[in-house]
Amino acid sequence: MAKSKMIPFTGDQAVAYAMKQIEPDVVAAYPITPQTEIVMNFSNYVANGQVQTEMIPVESEHSAMSACVGAAAAGARTMTATSANGLALMWEIVYIAASTRLPMVMPVVNRALSGPINIHCDHSDTMGARDSGWIQIYCENAQEVYENTILAVRIAEHKKILLPVMVCQDGFITSHGVEGVALLDDKKVKDFIGEYNIENPLLDVDNPVTYGPLDLQDYYFEHKRQQSEAMKNALIAIPEVLNEFEKTFGTKYEFIEKYKLDDAEVAIVAMSSTAGTVKFVVDELRQKGIKAGLLRPRIFRPFPKEKIVQALKNIKAVAILDRSESFSAEGGPLYTEIKSGLYDSDIKPLVTNYIYGLGGRDIFPEDIKKVYKDLEEILSKKKVINPLNYLGSRE
Amino acid sequence: MAEKKKSWKEIPIGGKITEAGNAEQYKTGSWRTFRPEKNEKKCINCLFCWIYCPDSSIKVKDSKMDGFDYEHCKGCGICASICPVKCIDMVKE
Repeated sequence: MAKSKMIPFTGDQAVAYAMKQIEPDVVAAYPITPQTEIVMNFSNYVANGQVQTEMIPVESEHSAMSACVGAAAAGARTMTATSANGLALMWEIVYIAASTRLPMVMPVVNRALSGPINIHCDHSDTMGARDSGWIQIYCENAQEVYENTILAVRIAEHKKILLPVMVCQDGFITSHGVEGVALLDDKKVKDFIGEYNIENPLLDVDNPVTYGPLDLQDYYFEHKRQQSEAMKNALIAIPEVLNEFEKTFGTKYEFIEKYKLDDAEVAIVAMSSTAGTVKFVVDELRQKGIKAGLLRPRIFRPFPKEKIVQALKNIKAVAILDRSESFSAEGGPLYTEIKSGLYDSDIKPLVTNYIYGLGGRDIFPEDIKKVYKDLEEILSKKKVINPLNYLGSRE
Repeated sequence: MAEKKKSWKEIPIGGKITEAGNAEQYKTGSWRTFRPEKNEKKCINCLFCWIYCPDSSIKVKDSKMDGFDYEHCKGCGICASICPVKCIDMVKE
């Protein structure tokens, strides 16, 4: 194991530490709860001279992302971080970063989008940005956030990908909860991420290029097509980076995590920190002889359809937990995407959806047990009676 | 104007333009409804038209007005409007 020591870190501190080790050329960021501690801690590293990063304190998130686009186009390894309304304010430029194919990394601390105003965890912010063209990684705990922030640099900069990456963690639950985080060796991190070399940087004055020109009916579509192909490439190229990470640091990350799933009859699909609670309940149920399992999608963009369908093929009844509402009147985003993925599959489990935890509403083991109980009932009736459920909302 | 357009595989990613000054290759002359024409006798070569033309479509040779670049002139008529001796007429294409 290359991990040197275990440090008590919050998720935010873990991200800031990863950023210190990455030492991007430019960080332009605006503080917002619950991401503030990332910017605060990283600013300390800058002020203390521990990193040479150019830190740009901007006046808004729109400016933060704009500065990042400029810096990345200039040829700088670039990072920012945000949450909720900050991401919403960035919106216009979030799309521009992806469509300009600028490989920056943005840790996002998931928080409910207003309104009504709320500072606690749900996934409405990044789920809203799911079609912005960014790669999205959802992390369960501080260790994963830490390592995936480093991984994300390589994913973003992969020659076959060249897309920006969001590294998501649950607001307060992960971002402010203190956990032991095993740190990686500084030099090994530097070696792993390597030097940043972008093609056609703006600062190469001998080879002048134009970024962001008008692109009308004749070529816009082709540039969008390139983005689609880059996301498809990401499905193939990301495992290369994950394998190299495993070889270097010993931790194996995949598109999805399966927990006691292979022989399971009933399963929950959940992302981020809730997966920890589900694992606890799965262990309890297994002791009682109930064949319960968990599937945790780690990477939501690109959507690993094949892997998810394959993982669910022996499951009889599946509950998909969404920590955001898409207001499609057809359930949350994870549910609709998985269900659409299963359309191509020969074996179709009974599938149900639970919207939960909006605005930081706690999710307890008792709630998860209720879901498994519902699944048992679905299994016995061989039919889904309520496909759309609101777990933890008062009736 | 009917040049063969490139596929998504043949163009730089992200909408970048990697060749300097290639806007010249983008011919916009066909957008024109009215064409500027110069009355040589009236022209005093003040070059106001050259200063005001938003599309750099006034040709200049030896410090003198040398006609129009009809491949890029969009026929906006600013030259005709600004000309102090009214030597430019806008003629329907």
